[in-house]
Amino acid sequence: MTDMNDNRLSSAKQLETLRKTILSKRDAEKPIITVCTGTACQAYGSLEIYRRFVEELERQGVEGSVLETKSTGCHGFCEQGPVVVIFPREICYVRVQLDDVPEIVSTTVAGGDVIERLVYRDPNTQEAIPKESDIPFYKRQMRLVFGNNRYIDPREIDDYIALGGYAALSKALLRMTPGEVLEEIKESNLRGRGGGGFPAGLKWETTRDASTGSKYVIVNCDEGDPGAYMDRSIMEGNPHAVLEGLVIGAYAIGSHDGFVYVRQEYPIAYENTMNAIDQARDYGLLGSDILGSGFDFEVVVHRGAGAFVSGESTALMSAIEGKVGEPRMKYIRTAVSGVKGMPTCLNNVETWANVPLIIERGAGWFKSIGTEGSKGTKIFSLVGKVNNTGLVEVPMGMTLRQLIYDIGGGIPQGKKFKAVQTGGPSGGVLPEQYLDTPIDFDELTGLGSMMGSGGMVVMDEDTCMVDTARYFVSFCCDESCGQCIPCREGLRTLRDILTDICEGKGKGGDIEAIEDIAEVMEDASLCALGGTAANPVLTTLKYFRDEYEAHIKENRCPAEACKALTSYYVDPAKCSACMICLRACPTEAIHGEKGIVHWIDQEKCIKCNTCYEVCPTRFSAVRRLSGEPLPPPPAPGTKVTREKKR
Amino acid sequence: MRTMKAAVSRAQTKGSTRASRAVKKTVGRYNADPDMLIQILLDLQTTLGWLSPGVLADVSEQLGVPVSRVYHIASFYKAFSLVPRGRHIIKVCMGTACQVRGAPQLVNVIASMLNMKPGETSEDRRFTLETVNCLGCCAMGPVIAVDGVYHSKPTTEDLRSIFKGAR
Amino acid sequence: MTITLQIDGKEVKAESGVTVLEAARQAGVHIPTLCEHDRLMPYGVCRICCVEVEKKGRKRIVVSCGYPVENGLVVTTRSPRIDRIRKVLIELVAPTAMADGLLAGEMKKIATEYGADIHRFESRFTGKPIRCILCGKCVRYCDEVVGKQAIGFVGRGVDRRAVFFPEQARACLTCEACFNLCPTGKIAADTDFVVFDGFSVDDYSSGEL
Repeated sequence: MTDMNDNRLSSAKQLETLRKTILSKRDAEKPIITVCTGTACQAYGSLEIYRRFVEELERQGVEGSVLETKSTGCHGFCEQGPVVVIFPREICYVRVQLDDVPEIVSTTVAGGDVIERLVYRDPNTQEAIPKESDIPFYKRQMRLVFGNNRYIDPREIDDYIALGGYAALSKALLRMTPGEVLEEIKESNLRGRGGGGFPAGLKWETTRDASTGSKYVIVNCDEGDPGAYMDRSIMEGNPHAVLEGLVIGAYAIGSHDGFVYVRQEYPIAYENTMNAIDQARDYGLLGSDILGSGFDFEVVVHRGAGAFVSGESTALMSAIEGKVGEPRMKYIRTAVSGVKGMPTCLNNVETWANVPLIIERGAGWFKSIGTEGSKGTKIFSLVGKVNNTGLVEVPMGMTLRQLIYDIGGGIPQGKKFKAVQTGGPSGGVLPEQYLDTPIDFDELTGLGSMMGSGGMVVMDEDTCMVDTARYFVSFCCDESCGQCIPCREGLRTLRDILTDICEGKGKGGDIEAIEDIAEVMEDASLCALGGTAANPVLTTLKYFRDEYEAHIKENRCPAEACKALTSYYVDPAKCSACMICLRACPTEAIHGEKGIVHWIDQEKCIKCNTCYEVCPTRFSAVRRLSGEPLPPPPAPGTKVTREKKR
Repeated sequence: MRTMKAAVSRAQTKGSTRASRAVKKTVGRYNADPDMLIQILLDLQTTLGWLSPGVLADVSEQLGVPVSRVYHIASFYKAFSLVPRGRHIIKVCMGTACQVRGAPQLVNVIASMLNMKPGETSEDRRFTLETVNCLGCCAMGPVIAVDGVYHSKPTTEDLRSIFKGAR
Repeated sequence: MTITLQIDGKEVKAESGVTVLEAARQAGVHIPTLCEHDRLMPYGVCRICCVEVEKKGRKRIVVSCGYPVENGLVVTTRSPRIDRIRKVLIELVAPTAMADGLLAGEMKKIATEYGADIHRFESRFTGKPIRCILCGKCVRYCDEVVGKQAIGFVGRGVDRRAVFFPEQARACLTCEACFNLCPTGKIAADTDFVVFDGFSVDDYSSGEL
């Protein structure tokens, strides 16, 4: 039966004709309003903002002058969301509110003027920077993979094609042999972006050579490192880039069946992927005889169900077989024996997204970026105690200092940098003396941490490193599948020891026990979850042993963070009885009235830190005490002694 | 006897027509492919709100998969609930970035306000409070999601009004 | 095809496809195990049988029950590193494995041989004394040999349990194969065939376990 779908492209020429047709309908001079509607900006209400733009343009009668209002995936500048960028002038408005929309339409879109108060302001110089590419956060990035997010509505394949999408696929399938494609990826030295850093070309080759029968390729979008959301933003914002890479890889390997495994906590990524697959199939870019090349490829999407361990490759493959997603003892590579015993090549989202670029521009171009051992760029989620939190893409080799300070804008509220945690629960902390380390797979591993999937959590003087270790160990303990003794019992015991230490119940011999257990876990665990779960403990012990000792020997938390070791106290000499903390306290633990000094009822205090944060800086009356005795509360009715400032 | 009670309730839920219909429909949508067991359970969890023993037995039968495997999957993953849940699901993100920005304190505040512990469903079945590992909006941390709606850095006042509105 | 490898300094010949554990046994070298059984597929979760293997100058710790023999492989079954692993593993699992403060059978032997202090982590233990090390011999035997799947795993991590499924377990009355397999003796001691009280999937679902 003939295929009634006349959208199918069956040659390179047809693809190019389609591209030209799409572009001809777009006038490069007319403004496009892009509204970031990545998950985080959506949580800020950006979908409503997008809809309001559409309404407002019509209401003000200016819609004819605007080419399009586009809702795009994540731009990366998450701290400043909701973000709206108006092209071609690249006017970037940040922290846009719903009520700003009418003014933006009348002043900027219709009137051509910039609204000063919505423009990004440099926190140090207060300089207003209206143009997106001038903003330091963006300027120092190299957004090869991520940059297209802001030009694409991920639900519109035509947007991707307009930018040149699927040209690499066309080149690979129609002008290169599978062997040539594989050689190009090998030559590029592309290393896995999911954490392992294994050379992708080698993995492809092993899979290809394993047999001549069925083979599988898999996109691992089970991104589970807490604090990392790069893969989510790519899968949500530009699913076609990943699909294109996957088909190219399948062609090189000789696979006709692929899977995309998306964690269920990413519903928008799942929907956008499903939609992208439908649209690609409609254009004949998936399915049988892709672009008339004779190459067939089908892809099925699986959702995860809430287990970090299922992102481990053998576990993920089990889940795809409809079995529990827990790891298996594996001494034969999954590239040789994976899903249903067939050779399977699993790569991370970002790895696949790099493939079209490499095919398009060549391995030589890719190798010109990065360091000797780590080529290309890497997307990081720069989060925690840093001014410009968000997703950043930088060339390998940029230093941690440049990333955190030049792009990240440094530590908020003038606090002191303490450490940066890289690589998620498998990684480690790096203190100040390593800030000038270039970001490179081997450099980071050499220091006891690892690149991991790209999570980069900045910590300041208020972060307790023992608590940080406890947090990661608890996370892994929660997520352990529980099959093997070293991980299941080792993590439980480590968690309990660390919790005791944070509660002032640490004992002599604890640090030795921690080291014993950590080393056995590293040696004997069944999979990398157990095998690397002790890294945060070992690195915090290595670089911040003094904090552990303070907790154990002095019952003191140097960062004043561990609740059991910290008390909140209102200094009667500084309190001006303004009632702010009293009202903010969620458990009504603060007593006092206007003119009467406030005091905290320790029985009710849950150490939430709210009073400390809300007490006006000019009073700074709330103190955190750790390792020292708590003064008794003031006598009832004690009046304020501070002089009121005029 | 706990097991007797459970056996009786199992017999009752197996009879639930709505649940049986949902299982049949969902399994059919995936062509009764046992590889899609996890996907089928995800859809049923969304439709039915929880996975009863009757539902699990039905899935096992219709897919030709041992009931032990169905139970292992249903009990392994956070997405599934083997017991009925509250009308409003509160998820507090405990990802690293939120952690560093005070998520544990936030959990305490909420637990205090609603008089419940994380992982629990309130007596009146109004709320289920859960901690989750990273919702992926780290710049907004600390983040909570109530019935799928995200709230960034909620103050005590914000929380009071959110919970008041959730009946 | 015959493979030649070295185990504890001794040259050993083995059939291609056998595991290091099997080759060691054939050569008279004892390696302790807890989750291994000759009628079951290797599972590799107790990690007690781990050994050090060296290949092309690279050393690794692997579990011998699952690692296939290779030509030129150099295997060490006892060393300070290996001994420490076995000792600490017993110490870690002791609180969940004990009954009345004692370890049974094979575990007791390993604890003695490796000088494990089975009470080392007792005071810190916050879990439940389930008298189970989750070796899975019961689950796997019922699945692979008996074909009934009357007992299975539920849960995850420290909440992982082996439970009976009452409807499928009707067949257990005349079987009892898993009773002798259990390294802690729990199944023989705790199983009541009428209601599987305290051991059934319903107890798990109601939060009892």
